[in-house]
Order: sequence, then C-alpha cells, then structure tokens
Amino acid sequence: MVNLIWLVLVAAGVVVAAAQGNPQAISQTVAVSTKGAVELAIDLAGIMAFWTGIMRIAERSGMVAALARVLAPVVQLVFPEVPRDHPAMGSMLMNISANLLGVGGAATPFGLRAMRELQQLNPRPDTATPSMCTFLAINTTSITLVPTTVIALRTMTKSSNPTEIVVTTILATLCSTVVALTLDRFFRRRQRLKRVET
Amino acid sequence: MFTALSEWSIWLVPALLGLIPLYGYWKKVPVFETFVEGAEEGLRLAWRILPYSLAIFVAVGIFRDSGAFLMLTNGLRYPLEATGVPGVVIPLMLVRPISGNASLALLADVLRVHGPDSLAGRLASTVQGSTDTTFYILSIYFGSVGIRKFSYALPVGLLGDLAGMVGSVIICRWFFG
Repeated sequence: MVNLIWLVLVAAGVVVAAAQGNPQAISQTVAVSTKGAVELAIDLAGIMAFWTGIMRIAERSGMVAALARVLAPVVQLVFPEVPRDHPAMGSMLMNISANLLGVGGAATPFGLRAMRELQQLNPRPDTATPSMCTFLAINTTSITLVPTTVIALRTMTKSSNPTEIVVTTILATLCSTVVALTLDRFFRRRQRLKRVET
Repeated sequence: MFTALSEWSIWLVPALLGLIPLYGYWKKVPVFETFVEGAEEGLRLAWRILPYSLAIFVAVGIFRDSGAFLMLTNGLRYPLEATGVPGVVIPLMLVRPISGNASLALLADVLRVHGPDSLAGRLASTVQGSTDTTFYILSIYFGSVGIRKFSYALPVGLLGDLAGMVGSVIICRWFFG
C-alpha cells in the first residue's frame, strides 16, 4: 500500500509536469525537498538526543516503571500483549502524554523508542504486531487537548479568540480516535480468527 | 479550563527537566553519564529515519510542484462544496495525512487570506489540530525498526483521519453556524 501511494505520487507528478511542458519543476523540487529532509533530520537529531537522554535517566531511576505501574490497568486493556512491566509501556505512555499536551517535539522520540521496544516482543521482525498497530492508531489520530501550534498560528493572524477551536478540536479528535480504535479492534479480531483457522 | 491547560502545558517541559534529573540523582543514578548514553541512542534513531523522510518529502514535492495536486483539488472542489465544505480547506484536508509542514503552511495561508474567525479559518484550524500526518508517521515509525509489512495500520490510520475531518466539518458547522 505504501509502495503504491509513493509510486502514484511520483509517477502522477512526473506525467503532469511532462504534459504541461514543465520538466524543470521536477528537478527543482528534488533539490529542495531532499535538502528539507536532511535539515529535518539535523533539527530532529538534537531534540531527539536530548529527550532520549532525559528518558534514560527517568528509566534508570525507576520513575517510568512507577508511572507505568499506576496506569497499567488501563493500558493493559488496550495492549494485552505487552507485559505489564515492559519498558515499551513507559515509552508509549510518555508519547501519548506528550501528544495530549501538544508538546509535539517531545512526542516523536518517545514514540520511536516505544516502537523499538515493541519490536523486541515481535516474533516476525518484518511484520507489524497488533500492539504496534494499536499504538499507531492512537498516535496518528493524536488525542490532543491543547493544539499548541494551531493556537499560536491563530494568535499570529490576530484572531479575536485564538483558543475557540479547542473544543471543536477535542470533539473532532474524539471522532477520529474512536473510529480508529474501533477499526483496530475489528481488524485484530479478524486476524486472530484467521490465525485459528490456519 | 482549556486556557488553564494551555498555561499548564507551557510548564510541562521545564517541570520534566527539573524533576527527572533530581529524582535520578536522589535514586543514585549517575545522571550525566546516563544522559549521554541515552542521547547517543537518540542520535542513531534520528539518523535512521532520514531515508524515510527523504522518500516522502521528494514524492510529495513532485506531486505538488508538478501541478498534479492542483488538478486533484479542482476535481474535488465541486462535489465537496455541495456537501458544505469550504473549497479553500480542501487542499489542507488532502495534504494533512502526508505532510505536517505542508498542511501547516496551507493552514497559515487560509488564516491569512480568509481570517482566523471565518468558518473556513475555524474549520481549517480544527482539521489541523484534530488529525495527524498518518502516512508520514507510519513510514517513519515502522521504518525505524525495519518493519516492511504494515498489516492493517495504514487503512486504520487514514480512516481515522477521514472520520476526524468529517467530524470537524459537522462539528464546526454546528458550533460556529
């Protein structure tokens, strides 16, 4: 699916540019966007190294485990395959909390860390596990309480009430999260049934 | 309550930064060495996702700058406007799952041109805040651990985004009239 989407984006772009007699647009874009990707990696490297460093301290001091223990009953319902005291629990909780509070920059390091720890529980390393799918369903539908970037942009464009969209955002987020988690449960069940049959 | 929450979120980073090292020191963790060790792991992770973001940035760039994106937007304008979606928000909705920076730029454009307090401005803000760059996040997160078969994660994430957008339209029309 990813292969197909990527191919369609590239091929459609090239075909349209050629049809419009505008081939230099392609080479320009390639130069600009590859540079953008490298710049992003450099920006991300700093903030990422910082948060994984802080997280390592939190983990070694037993703080993450304590937090995960408190929230374990709830999280266990959503991630039945992950052992209660596994480090992945802590990273996933930190990622979800960071997203919740709109601290986007802090969320990615925790999220990538969670993926690595979930991968340790994966019997087939090239295939996504149900826990990963559920985690990403929660992550991509981003339960957000405070959309910080949007509020900042609205303030900059002189909105008379920059935070008025907070309520609508929370309601809309709820729609996406509920739908994604319901679909996730549905696919999980279907996959389990399929495995029993074979 | 919500303003209180945004006030509070400003303090989250300094609070974590004060609390975690102090608690670690109290628990006799060698804080500096532990930090450096963790930071090294973070650097490796950031480096590993570069090929994935590169692949997506280039594909999105080609699709947008070639004019293919404009054609898609124009094609969808009429059917969507008939259902009450302001045409100016369509590009944002299409780009949202693929590129966070591009959709943020489109949001800024809608806010600047139509005003943050117009229906289009409020809807665009709600869509941007309630959905995420699903396609991008999945390729980066799975890519960083070498997973190539995404199972059902992509349809689930994209349908979740779609639900968030449909929800945004209904909620904004109801809320802001």
